[in-house]
Amino acid sequence: MSIKKHVKLGLSALALSVSFHAMAAEDPIKVGILHSLSGTMAISETALKDTMEMLIEQQNAKGGIDGRQLEAVVVDPASNWPLFAEKARELLEKEKVDVIFGNWTSVSRKSVLPVVEELNGLLFYPVQYEGEESSENVFYTGAAPNQQAIPAVDYLKNELGVERWVLAGTDYVYPRTTNKILETYLKDMGVAEADIMINYTPFGHSDWQSIVSDIKKFGSAGKKTAVVSTINGDANVPFYRELGNQGIASSDIPVVAFSVGEQELAGIDTGPLVGHLAAWNYFMSVDNDANYDFIDAWVEYKGDDKAVTNDPMEAHYIGFNMYVEAVKKAGTTDVDAVKDAIIGVAVPNLTGGYATMMPNHHITKPVLIGEIQDNGQFSVVWETSSTVAGDAWSDFLPGSRDLIADWRAPLKCGNFNVKAGTCGASAGEQALADAD
Amino acid sequence: MGIFRWLTPHCLNALYLKSLYLKALYLKPLGLALLLVLSLPAHSQAEADSDQGQALLTNLADASPREMDAAIEAIVDSGDPRARSWLDAFGNNRLSRIEDTGQVVVVLRNVGRDWTIADPLTGENLGEISRRELDRVNINNAIRGKLEGVLAMLDLYSDDPEVQENAAEAMMGKVNDSVVNPLTKLLERDLPGPVRNRIEESVAIYQLQQGEPQARLEAIDVLTGSLHSNARAALNNAVAGDDPAVAARAKQALVSIEQKLKMNRAAETLYFGLSLGSVLVLAAIGLAITFGVMGVINMAHGELIMLGAYTTWGMQQLLPGQPGLALILSIPAGFLVAALAGIAIERSVIQHLKGRPLETLLATFGVSLILQQLVRTVISPLNRSVTTPEWMSGSLVINDALSLTLNRMYVIGFALVVFAGLMLIMRKTRLGLEVRAVTQNRAMARSMGIRATRVDILTFGLGSGVAGLAGVALSQITNVGPNLGQNYIIDSFMVVVFGGVGNLWGTLLAGLSLGTINQILEPWAGSVLAKIMVLVLIILFIQKRPKGLFPQKGRAAEG
Repeated sequence: MSIKKHVKLGLSALALSVSFHAMAAEDPIKVGILHSLSGTMAISETALKDTMEMLIEQQNAKGGIDGRQLEAVVVDPASNWPLFAEKARELLEKEKVDVIFGNWTSVSRKSVLPVVEELNGLLFYPVQYEGEESSENVFYTGAAPNQQAIPAVDYLKNELGVERWVLAGTDYVYPRTTNKILETYLKDMGVAEADIMINYTPFGHSDWQSIVSDIKKFGSAGKKTAVVSTINGDANVPFYRELGNQGIASSDIPVVAFSVGEQELAGIDTGPLVGHLAAWNYFMSVDNDANYDFIDAWVEYKGDDKAVTNDPMEAHYIGFNMYVEAVKKAGTTDVDAVKDAIIGVAVPNLTGGYATMMPNHHITKPVLIGEIQDNGQFSVVWETSSTVAGDAWSDFLPGSRDLIADWRAPLKCGNFNVKAGTCGASAGEQALADAD
Repeated sequence: MGIFRWLTPHCLNALYLKSLYLKALYLKPLGLALLLVLSLPAHSQAEADSDQGQALLTNLADASPREMDAAIEAIVDSGDPRARSWLDAFGNNRLSRIEDTGQVVVVLRNVGRDWTIADPLTGENLGEISRRELDRVNINNAIRGKLEGVLAMLDLYSDDPEVQENAAEAMMGKVNDSVVNPLTKLLERDLPGPVRNRIEESVAIYQLQQGEPQARLEAIDVLTGSLHSNARAALNNAVAGDDPAVAARAKQALVSIEQKLKMNRAAETLYFGLSLGSVLVLAAIGLAITFGVMGVINMAHGELIMLGAYTTWGMQQLLPGQPGLALILSIPAGFLVAALAGIAIERSVIQHLKGRPLETLLATFGVSLILQQLVRTVISPLNRSVTTPEWMSGSLVINDALSLTLNRMYVIGFALVVFAGLMLIMRKTRLGLEVRAVTQNRAMARSMGIRATRVDILTFGLGSGVAGLAGVALSQITNVGPNLGQNYIIDSFMVVVFGGVGNLWGTLLAGLSLGTINQILEPWAGSVLAKIMVLVLIILFIQKRPKGLFPQKGRAAEG
């Protein structure tokens, strides 16, 4: 073997070790996934964990972000709200993740808030919620009330001529806040007190006979009546079944639901429900190639022909792509840099438009109204002409009317009171104060 | 402009008849192809018009929501025999367009990635096509409502009285300028009583809204006594209207209707109460045996109910397409599964803890958690959907204001049958006698030659089996999921304690009365508060009478 060859070998070995070294310097980007994989919420949240893993896999196949691979760090907070805070701390302190995607219920988000603010983490929250919050460290990719509830009521009023309203919900914070907002909104539009009926039922309620009969009675007063339903979880199944049995068709008294999606319909015989409505920002049936690609990938990933996609999954799709774009834009995964870079980032959604991150950390979304079909899917019957920007602070609640959120310099505040000109406590401090 | 003005009775009649078999055509394309061939000569014109048919459908597909009326009108106007089937497909969200060619097709199967389509003109099956290639022809509730009116108008000329009756029902509140004349003409014909009444009422509603003052007063006379909600709605509007004479008369009519309604509502509440009560009785009656008679606190009772419900689901999986048969077979199967599970629990856990109620409670609570997790792991954490057979859905219509839901009625009947059966076993059979003997004085019974252990097994199996039966019934009215049992365990104990431990009659009476009280309270207190009030009521009652409604008397009670 000649010396020349030796040198060559040595050089290539050197080059190899250098390139290894370079690789080692480029640690993978760690993505924390904080969704319950056991307990009551596992039904809904497991699909979101799988969605994130699929998105990360796809991104890695595309070469990661600027050459850096992504790595999922999955923890299980087990539908236990205080455990969410502990797991978030574990993700940020021990695993040192760059970003967290997670939570479903509002109460779990409130539990995590102080932790992500204290440790300066990033959290993408994908579910529709009651609003009244904006944290520097949280990005809300689900709908605020003005992106779901208010447009749905507008649709019922303008398109279907509804004048009498039943607000039916499960007894907890999201339905109560949403119904409070809707009640004020309806009264502002001149709807009389007597034309609004409000009803709350416990989780898992199964005996709907007298409530449905009441709704029927309420609807025979001569004005077009509709039910706005914030009924959550599996209580919907006996509710719709009772509607069908008592012969309430969608053309008589339509029900528009905010928590019934493809996943929930999968467990019901939808025959008697055809024509009842739901308001979301995404439906699996949206006729769009990006959507079909997403569904096909999802079906393949799950290995189940019947796997369905839903609104919070689209929210994660948008949130994940926004994060990718923001990291590219900032050129780093440094939390503060990403936080600044992500405002204004626009990525395609699955309904044929774009979602933009607003300064209040909410995103723009189209609002779709879908009618239930006999195959368990929704057909879109109405949508807003343009996207709607999420409003962190509702205009229809007395305390929040004057508040705005803007995380750009120089304001950098999640609850700035425009009248008093002051900035209140942060969302995390607020959550801690409420918990005490 | 209405969509009905072109609807003349004779044309509709002919249209209806001609379209009847074509409607079926899309459901059975192959079987009916022969029929199509046979009828080709009669439809040579339709053949020639096939371009026109496609044009009509394209027109419908292109129409903006505002132009929809006109497009539907054009289709019916054409007198095309296939019009009805097109409109049916449209109403069922089954009309789609192929993106590339613009051809309008009927979707036969809209599940999965590729959808089966058919040609709306010939009914020919065109095979499968990717859903990406299809654009759905949109329909919404407003248009669907109008379409129902059009189809109802067609159906009114049917020869089938049932179809006619449904059509007349659908016309209520949908009468407008364009149909009022054909409808009045129709009244001159010989019509079955209910159909005639309905049409008269719906015309009266129209008159009350639009007619001359005199006609409006007459309309009120027709509507007086009608319990239909649309009639009430129209009268309510008339009361708020500007004509004082009409308003006064309408008010009078409403008062008389309201009186009739009161009776009906009371009957309805009673029915709701009985049905909730029978659910409680079913859930509790098994416990009345195991806890009431044997004195075993079985926290896994709810999970035995759940097993019964899952058996129903499993049966339906085994017999796809026959939910009714599956449900009937589930009754013995559910009993067996739950009874065997109960016996297994008794043998493995409870028999070792005789006379230690606290340990029994904790151990069976553990068993309940194990069973729940087992179902979660083996089957799925998600709820399973159990189909309701045709003969159990819908309701029995007594009158316009009172209809009794069928599934609940079956549950009430089932609960009574189970109760009667159990009563028979306990009173008239040897097993019943032995059970009573063992529970009253175990040692004495054994010395009389009764095999106490065997009796324990059989009794526990019986109580568990009955819980399984409750599960079969509950699968028809609530969610079948791992948590099913938890929702009923507290209620069951409540009923048994309230009724008096060890007394089956007490359980029946307690269940029915608690259900009724709950349903009376619910309308004005709300469901959460009603539940709390019932609980407070029971606590107060137990304070006064610690042994429940029917306390056991005699020496057995002291033992």
